[in-house]
Amino acid sequence: MDRPKTLEGWKNQPLEEILWLCQETIEDTEVTTVKRWREAGGKVLGHFQVYFPEEIAHAAGMLPMKMFGASVEPREADSRFGSFLCSILKTNLEQVLSGRVEIDMFVTHPICDAARNLAPIWGRNFDYPCQILYLPQNPNSSHSVQYLKEEYERIQGVIEGVAGRKITKDDLRNSIAVFNKNRALLRKLYAIKRERPWLITINEAYVLVALGGLIPREEHNELLEAVIPLIEKRDAREQDRIRVVFEGGFCEQPPLDMLRTIGRSCYVVDDDLLIGMRYILEDIDAGDNPLEAMAEAYINNSSYSPVQHDLRKPKEKMLRERFENTDAEAVIITAAKMCEPGLEEQVTYTQELEKDDTPYFVSEFEENMSSFDHLEIQLETFVENLMFD
Amino acid sequence: MNSVTKKGIVGRGTREGAALFRDWFQDLTQKAEDDETAAYVFVMGSIAEILRVFDMPMVFPEINSLQTAVRHVADDFLNTAEDYGYSPDICGYVKADFAMQMQNGNHPMGRIPKPGIAVLTNACNTYFKWAEIWERIYDIPMVSIDVPATREAGTRTWPGDEQFEREKKYVKVQLEELIETCEGLTGKKFDVDRLREVLGHANTMSRCWKRVLELNQSSPSLFNALTDGTVYLGMSNVFRGTPEGARFFERLVEEMEYMTANGIGTLTDEKYRLSFIGVPCYPIFRRFNEMFTKWGGSFVMSSYLWFASGGTNIGVQYDLDDPLDSLAEGVLISVRDAMDSMFHPELTVLSQADDFNIDGVVYHPIKSCRTTSAGMADNRRMLMEKSDLPSLFIESDMMDSRVVGEAQMKNRIDAFFEGLASRKARAAVEGGG
Repeated sequence: MDRPKTLEGWKNQPLEEILWLCQETIEDTEVTTVKRWREAGGKVLGHFQVYFPEEIAHAAGMLPMKMFGASVEPREADSRFGSFLCSILKTNLEQVLSGRVEIDMFVTHPICDAARNLAPIWGRNFDYPCQILYLPQNPNSSHSVQYLKEEYERIQGVIEGVAGRKITKDDLRNSIAVFNKNRALLRKLYAIKRERPWLITINEAYVLVALGGLIPREEHNELLEAVIPLIEKRDAREQDRIRVVFEGGFCEQPPLDMLRTIGRSCYVVDDDLLIGMRYILEDIDAGDNPLEAMAEAYINNSSYSPVQHDLRKPKEKMLRERFENTDAEAVIITAAKMCEPGLEEQVTYTQELEKDDTPYFVSEFEENMSSFDHLEIQLETFVENLMFD
Repeated sequence: MNSVTKKGIVGRGTREGAALFRDWFQDLTQKAEDDETAAYVFVMGSIAEILRVFDMPMVFPEINSLQTAVRHVADDFLNTAEDYGYSPDICGYVKADFAMQMQNGNHPMGRIPKPGIAVLTNACNTYFKWAEIWERIYDIPMVSIDVPATREAGTRTWPGDEQFEREKKYVKVQLEELIETCEGLTGKKFDVDRLREVLGHANTMSRCWKRVLELNQSSPSLFNALTDGTVYLGMSNVFRGTPEGARFFERLVEEMEYMTANGIGTLTDEKYRLSFIGVPCYPIFRRFNEMFTKWGGSFVMSSYLWFASGGTNIGVQYDLDDPLDSLAEGVLISVRDAMDSMFHPELTVLSQADDFNIDGVVYHPIKSCRTTSAGMADNRRMLMEKSDLPSLFIESDMMDSRVVGEAQMKNRIDAFFEGLASRKARAAVEGGG
């Protein structure tokens, strides 16, 4: 079915204008792109962080909406949660309770103790399916791929019920192709960050990536295909900034102003911001059994985060690889306030980096924090110490 | 029953449980002194059934940690871990254990042996982060048993359902992989007859545990689910699959049946029968309970006794003719039930409120545990929507005395009981009219 575009006005515009539009779109608390999709008769599957196999929702003709928090005051959602919890839990629910966003199905994952509670909480508040997609927490079991394939089949059945149509293998193959293309474009964007970081700041790259969670992926592909050449042709010169890896953005997202602050003194050459969109590392070969291929990719060809335990991927070693592969000079280790896995991993990361005196900077954030003066001073001091060491 | 006297039987479970517990800690201390290692396991799915086949001593780090809070030394442990870099906002159990590891296993109840293996389920995500710490410190095998939980309220599956059978297969393969690891670690061959024997003891324990919980429908209640219940809970974890554990619970049923037959209750002059949701407030364990008992409030049921027993409260019985398959089935049913008890406690409370004659529900969300606490406010909202049961919501912690506001807590508890009292008075007047 042909639907009107959810995001207009970017074609033939200069790069700065497009980036501004992307920023406005991801900061739009009304999520107008999703509204447009629904107004055109489309259905929406909202999925919590970190990774969701969006191809399945896409194959059913639904819009997979990545729920990565929002800049909203949790007026109604606050009463559904206790204290001592991260912000993203509340702001996502607020988006829906307040009517800013309408969805037809919600999916969360067993990524942390708080996120697992979301399906019960949403289920008590809404009549549509509010599910946990049980991504395997023992990816080292010889049965994990088979289990995950079956779990994908199960969620496919629920999605079909909501979408009101069956998903064929060809539908899945087509969707996998769309998402393969998207992941390839994101890899290209990250290659620029890595190789010529002066061409794009961390906050600019971030809005380009995040946009994909709020519009159909075909539209995102089209935009990235147009934007990446513009970035490559950008008239920007390398400056005297240190190359850093940013770690801690796998779930709740740091405010854009925080990223902007970091970008003023550092080149962020790699990060884990919205890592779920880049979790699968290479193209998926859909083959005869697309769901099995997707399961195989998740288990055996994926990135890492503090919320996936895999004996083959100790987090500190993975961070070390990220650091070395990007020729970075330092690491910024952040965690969202009250994010238990993120806060626990901070200790692991710092211990690892101290082994060979790799410089690191530790910080906490909350998605709706608005003052960064303190952070800026601390970070500038950190950078100066490195530069003049 | 003729031969047992009231003096001998009433309170026996608490006394015997405490004694067995001390012996267990002494045994662990001896093992630590002898430089032996232990399997580190958790209360929600210890998989003791397999580990006992290999005669592995087991350490329950959650129990070690809570003991530091009960004995009022937790703050020292927490400070040590926080000095090391751990955030004040993470699980206090993890921090207390980490500090203990840094102090050569020294614990107020003895000394804890180092881990030789860590075995965990996904019933709590923090188990993963916690075991990863040991993995890094000691370079030990870390084996996780992933138990797919209920995906949405009302969609639970059971034996015979296609989804259940698929997931049972996943659990079974993981158990087989654990057996392989244990064989490699101990040099012992897996003995299926020994497994049958262990499962037999576990069956007795589960059957009796379920019965003990049911018997507290008696009025007056037979045990305080918050205090006495925690002692029984410790037994159900530490001695699972052993003859001592099976015997303890058989005798506990005997005690409870004796009490109910003779109209004997707890020491509380019971005026209000309460349900507790969450994890106890260990830093002020006794005083917390007294804030309720002084008003005649008695905890007759507790979600803690459900989930922290790994779901064995529902009394799943293993089929000894097909032990491994049955164990996979039992683990899937029980651990899943434990998770449901944390995410949907209101369903059980509502279904049992009449049987237990509940007057009110106390929610105790804690900073340390998002698993049990994240959904409680919404859970309470639903309970209020579905019933007219009065409820109380008090936030604190199970380890960190810095977030236990005792005075404020007391004010709220007092107000709760005043509300219960006026409600009872109103009901009496309306009933009389």
